Amino acid sequence: MTDPKTLSPPSLETHVAARDETFLDTNELVINMGPQHPATHGVLRVILRLDGEKVLGLECVIGYLHRGVEKIAENRTYAMFNPYVDRMDYVAAVSNGLGYCEAVEKLLNVEAPPRAQYIRVILTELNRIASHQLWLGTHALDIGAITPLFYTFRDREEILKIFEKYCGARLTTHAFRIGGLQYEAYDGFEQDVKNFVKFVKPKIDEYEELLTTNRIWLERTKGVGVISGRDCIALGVTGPVLRASGVKWDIRKAQPYANYKNFDFEIPTGLNGDTYDRYLVRMVEMRQALRIIEQAVEGIPEGPIMAKVPKVIKPPVGEIYHSIEAPKGELGYFIVSDGSTQPYRVRVRPPSFVNLQALDLMCRGQLVADVIAVIGTLDIVLGEVDR
Amino acid sequence: MNPLVANPPVATPFFFYLLSGIMIIGGILVITRKNAVHSAIALITALLAQAGLYLMLYAPFVAGVQIILYAGGIMVLFLFVIMLISIERTMKERQFNKQWLVGIAAAAALGGLFISVYAKGKSLFPEGHPLYPEAQNTQAIGALLFDSRTGMYMFAFEIASLLLLVAIIGAVVMAKKRI
Amino acid sequence: MNSSLLQSIVDYVQSYLSSNQTPGVAGNWFWATVYVLLVFAGVSVGVICMNWLERKILAHMQVRLGPMRVGPHGLLQPIADALKLLLKEDIIPAEADALVFWIAPFIVDLAAFTVFIVVPFGPAHAVTDMNIGILFMLGVSSLSVLGIVTAGWASNSHYPLIGALRSSAQMVSYEVAMGLAVVSAIMMTSLSAEGGTLSMIGIVQRQQEQQVWFVFKFFPLGLVAFAIFAIAMIAETNRAPFDLPEAESELTAGFHTEYSGFRWSLFFLAEYAAMMAVSSIAVTLWLGGWLRPFPNALHGATWDLIFSFFPGLTFLFLGGLCFFNASRMPKHPFFKIQTMGLAAFGAVLGLIGLVLFVPGIRERVQDIFWFTAKVAAFMYLYIWYRGTFPRYRFDQLMKVGWKVLLPTGLALLILTAVVAMRTEVWAEVVVPMWLGFADLLRRIF
Repeated sequence: MTDPKTLSPPSLETHVAARDETFLDTNELVINMGPQHPATHGVLRVILRLDGEKVLGLECVIGYLHRGVEKIAENRTYAMFNPYVDRMDYVAAVSNGLGYCEAVEKLLNVEAPPRAQYIRVILTELNRIASHQLWLGTHALDIGAITPLFYTFRDREEILKIFEKYCGARLTTHAFRIGGLQYEAYDGFEQDVKNFVKFVKPKIDEYEELLTTNRIWLERTKGVGVISGRDCIALGVTGPVLRASGVKWDIRKAQPYANYKNFDFEIPTGLNGDTYDRYLVRMVEMRQALRIIEQAVEGIPEGPIMAKVPKVIKPPVGEIYHSIEAPKGELGYFIVSDGSTQPYRVRVRPPSFVNLQALDLMCRGQLVADVIAVIGTLDIVLGEVDR
Repeated sequence: MNPLVANPPVATPFFFYLLSGIMIIGGILVITRKNAVHSAIALITALLAQAGLYLMLYAPFVAGVQIILYAGGIMVLFLFVIMLISIERTMKERQFNKQWLVGIAAAAALGGLFISVYAKGKSLFPEGHPLYPEAQNTQAIGALLFDSRTGMYMFAFEIASLLLLVAIIGAVVMAKKRI
Repeated sequence: MNSSLLQSIVDYVQSYLSSNQTPGVAGNWFWATVYVLLVFAGVSVGVICMNWLERKILAHMQVRLGPMRVGPHGLLQPIADALKLLLKEDIIPAEADALVFWIAPFIVDLAAFTVFIVVPFGPAHAVTDMNIGILFMLGVSSLSVLGIVTAGWASNSHYPLIGALRSSAQMVSYEVAMGLAVVSAIMMTSLSAEGGTLSMIGIVQRQQEQQVWFVFKFFPLGLVAFAIFAIAMIAETNRAPFDLPEAESELTAGFHTEYSGFRWSLFFLAEYAAMMAVSSIAVTLWLGGWLRPFPNALHGATWDLIFSFFPGLTFLFLGGLCFFNASRMPKHPFFKIQTMGLAAFGAVLGLIGLVLFVPGIRERVQDIFWFTAKVAAFMYLYIWYRGTFPRYRFDQLMKVGWKVLLPTGLALLILTAVVAMRTEVWAEVVVPMWLGFADLLRRIF
């Protein structure tokens, strides 16, 4: 386990792959992958410089999905901006909402009541599983295994059903409000969640059965897209990617928020920082999320679900940075308040955007097919990259 | 018994002229096309027609090997290399160089040879019959190559394969500066 | 004059019927043409069936239903697809080499379909029996790589070019391992009294003579050869997990990225036809071609009779399945036509099944049935692989081909040769060993 504080600055040069000059004189081939490409998970455009099939370097062109979310925030009240954050990482909308609500609550200096916090944790962890399931399906599809996609979508459906029953929306849920929750948990919510946990546990085994010891899967993922913990930290990479490189850094443990300190769970870390380790880390994270959900469901306290928050939210002048552990990594909100009803500036630190920086480093010297695997393993959502 | 039912010979003049025609046209296209890929496709056609001619000579094994090795194997490598060359540049190049006079002389000599052979006709090549019936052709080749009593070409065969091995090693050595 | 000509034509057509040879060998042009048409129509129908089956089977493996809208249970979906492809605009990219772009799919199709003229569906059920049958099949099927390479080059675009380069490298290198496996099977044919043969029909007849399918011959040598071939043939036909030339997630569609409509459907047709062709090679060489299963354990006239009922029973079963599903269709006026269609389809299948019980037809058809059934098993395997495996990376694919399959194939070849020269050693040493092993297993369990 590496302690992030004791690390020396990274050496990026070691990764730069030179063209193989010893073999025949060949030309570089520049390939434009995307923005319309089945494996770039949206509208990412990657300009690949290839020597045969070997990647010499690549450049990401982003912004095809830019909607100016941060600018929109400046023209909305604090409450009005809340639904917009769901549109960033749309496969983990609940996490986005949690981060924003908690940031504003911190700014207002209020805290959501315990019951609200428990329900928040349950929904957020369910969302983490959903996000990881979507990642697993698409990642496996990129590597050529088409079947896990349908299995994960089948099981993700159960999570979306719970969301739908809870707040009426399936994808962009807008589940949380500043100060707590709008809706009380519906009748049978706890039973639904318990049933889901019981339902999904064997399903995760099922995914692993298809992939974990599959020879081809091992060959495609082991030693592919290796990134060291040091490089991860230098590039600001967070989330499962960082943990798979051996750095035990999870904001739920490091800077506990939303009652996470009350729950007993473990943070999985990898050893090699390759695609296979990231796969394993995420699989364990799904099981750990189930563990948290089980504890939270058992211990939901009675009480109010909304803290005392004024009808018109007018935070005091000041600024706040609050980050949470989203499924993809550290999701941070930096909010500057000028004392009015609208934020002066909102800046989002999206995990996908920062993690995407590592793509070039991870792909150099690898083959074209590995680029696909690495894009998949970084688990980016272009809505969040471009905002 | 209907005469048509009897096994009609494949080696009819019709097929001979058809296949030869395809071969000649293919050969001409190979040297006249500026686009190397077009040439290669013409060459493949010519090689396939040649396989047909082998079949007519009751040498099915040679025909099969012709298809597998030349049309299926070697031409793929040809195409492989041609594809990597810039076609635009070769299209602009002149197809004749300073040696065209020599070329004409060589072509004329070869043509003269062909004409003289044609003029002498069958006296040069007495009508031959296939040494082995079609069904035993492959077995006969095998016996000539490998049989302990009749296998007189074993040594030549092995030497040829050794030569190819040397060529492969040579190619690797020349292409790779550092082994 | 006129009637005598007619008479001679009728005689000519009838003269073949009593023959036990393939029309090609008998030299009967009329029946050769009929067989060619039959085989090609059969292969095309097979491709259509595969289209539907692949979608359905894959769908059911992936907990979904697959096509359900066009016709009952999507039975008419392949026809709808074919219509769609034919009606689509045929695009030739502006920068493409139009001539080569135009020729390429035809080369692929030609290669994929021509091989079927030597595929033995029965001792007399092949278009012709070539002395070099297996060489011809390997040679002509290797020509399809030319079509793929030219298609990729002519598109004048990067993805197709990479796809074409990949597929040519892949197909050329797996052909080597494939050839080694094939040679070991041919070596086994030489143990018969009549000597070795390359003829497809001859190979099956040798298996009949030696009373063993070559997959079980010199166990496990035949099995290993079969396994090598079974792996190489998937790579040869560019299917999962070796489908790199058309790896969708990497190269969008590989060598046929720029193709559309009818031309694309030609590639599709060729892919499935090639799958069937290589499967038929595997069936012919190792799985006893048209021979029915268990000829040794279950022999005798009674068993022959029972096995000859199988084709009819299969069709009756399929027909019954259709009726069963028709009875499960929703009882709603909207589904009336679909239900009736499904029932009618079941009725047609059942009728075919009944016709197949007629003694004269029964004997002639069962060879074709067993051959097709074995090929169909391979087709199912193809779909199963696709549902299960991730895709190999290119260097790994090459590694498997050159560093695993090729050395194994070479060792296998030498071992087979040694064993074939000293069969008595095999009979005295290895066979008792296996028997002892089997005995041991029996005692343990």
